[in-house]
Amino acid sequence: MAKVPDFLLHHDGDSVAVANDDLQPGTLEGLSVKEQTKHTAVLNHAIPLGHKFALKDHAEGEAIIKYGIKVGIASQPIKKGDYVHTHNMRSYRWEASRA
Amino acid sequence: MGSKPRLTGYRRPDGSMGIRNHVIILPVDDLSNAAAEAVAKVVPGTLALPHSYGRLQFGEDLELTFRTLIGTGLNGNVAAVVVIGIEPKWTERVAAGIAKSGKPVASFSIEGKGDLQVIADAARVAQIFLQDASEITREPATEGDLIMSIKCGESDTTSGLGSCPTTSEAVDRWVAAGGTVFFGETSELTGGEHLIAERCIDDACRNLFQQTYDNYIKVIESTGANLLGSQPTQGNIAGGLTTIEEKALGNIAKTGSVPVVGVLAPAEAPDRKKQGLYFMDTSSAAAECVTLMAAAGAVIHLFPTGQGNVIGNPIEPVLKLTANKKTAASMREHIDLDVSGLLRQEYNLTKAGDMMMEVIERTVNGRLCAAEALGHREYTFTKLYISA
Repeated sequence: MAKVPDFLLHHDGDSVAVANDDLQPGTLEGLSVKEQTKHTAVLNHAIPLGHKFALKDHAEGEAIIKYGIKVGIASQPIKKGDYVHTHNMRSYRWEASRA
Repeated sequence: MGSKPRLTGYRRPDGSMGIRNHVIILPVDDLSNAAAEAVAKVVPGTLALPHSYGRLQFGEDLELTFRTLIGTGLNGNVAAVVVIGIEPKWTERVAAGIAKSGKPVASFSIEGKGDLQVIADAARVAQIFLQDASEITREPATEGDLIMSIKCGESDTTSGLGSCPTTSEAVDRWVAAGGTVFFGETSELTGGEHLIAERCIDDACRNLFQQTYDNYIKVIESTGANLLGSQPTQGNIAGGLTTIEEKALGNIAKTGSVPVVGVLAPAEAPDRKKQGLYFMDTSSAAAECVTLMAAAGAVIHLFPTGQGNVIGNPIEPVLKLTANKKTAASMREHIDLDVSGLLRQEYNLTKAGDMMMEVIERTVNGRLCAAEALGHREYTFTKLYISA
């Protein structure tokens, strides 16, 4: 059986990916669900199953893309490979909703 | 010899069908819960549906409570109903609304008699209803006879990757076979509401959808509240979801690819001649949403979960599926279908859809789902505003 991908992204071009298991920092292999394209990435932090990391650098205020759609903005600069969650990402629709 | 029908159900006098055959004891208000539960104790096999409201409500909020109560009685999974309320007028209104279906209905009010007399009188009728219902047999059914509802809960990122797309497969197949499906969770479309608007079948449907969505969001936004921890929930956040928009796209991933044919008010039954996918204006809270959908006639519910929601409903079987391998292991007694293999690339979405359809068919034909076996009977009303 083929190796289980370390991470999954919904679409090629998404700016974040999802951990497919509890992950440790290092070089990882992933897969885009829609296009079935193989991806590699270097993770900077340990993150649990289901949590996200950045596939590119994000400036503060820059769109975070998942499903090919903007799902939030960076509330502070995010480096490629960084863990992405409520500490550095927030809703752009509900302005008052922030950590 | 004919072959065994793929789907079976119970035909009701009004032509609707269900997959369960409950005799329910329905309290009109919170004060009547004790009597209703007592009847269900002396006539085991009947099912009491206690809830928290029904007093001093007014206007649209009261109408919604009536619609929820009457709709629950009208549901195809219900064979007969004993209605118990404190006062005769509202009690009779609920009973009359259900009786239009031709189902056996009896009503009892407590004022002037007291609980014990009502329990005795109601129990005598409940016993007969139960014995009569036990003679109703299953008949062949089609997807067009059985309304499905969908709503996810305690979602995480695995929901959008696995359990919601699997549900989506089932939605497309159910509708293609002539069935009707409800989805809702109005606030949980935020960031992807345009995707639903685009799928509305015509401008009238699209305008009604947009107006319904905008009205709901106006109420939420007018509070000025920080919703982080409420929507998305603390469980969503623990599972890796960060924003409402991210959660919404996972939610929408379960709605299939078929057009949206109509927009329903909470607990509003669809036009039975117009089948397809309907949006219903609901809270995203699991028990509230499923209660409203059951009151609109849904007889089987698909519930994708990530971190592990345990919800059930007294009359509508709630099937749970997860693509989170940790939840599938740690909360296995609540999970009817584990599709975590989808994320491990062990099989594709078509195969996951096949697995889902097999569980649906077995549940339709009588197999108890996990929530039924574990006694999850959350019957939770949606309250629109304060009571008088």
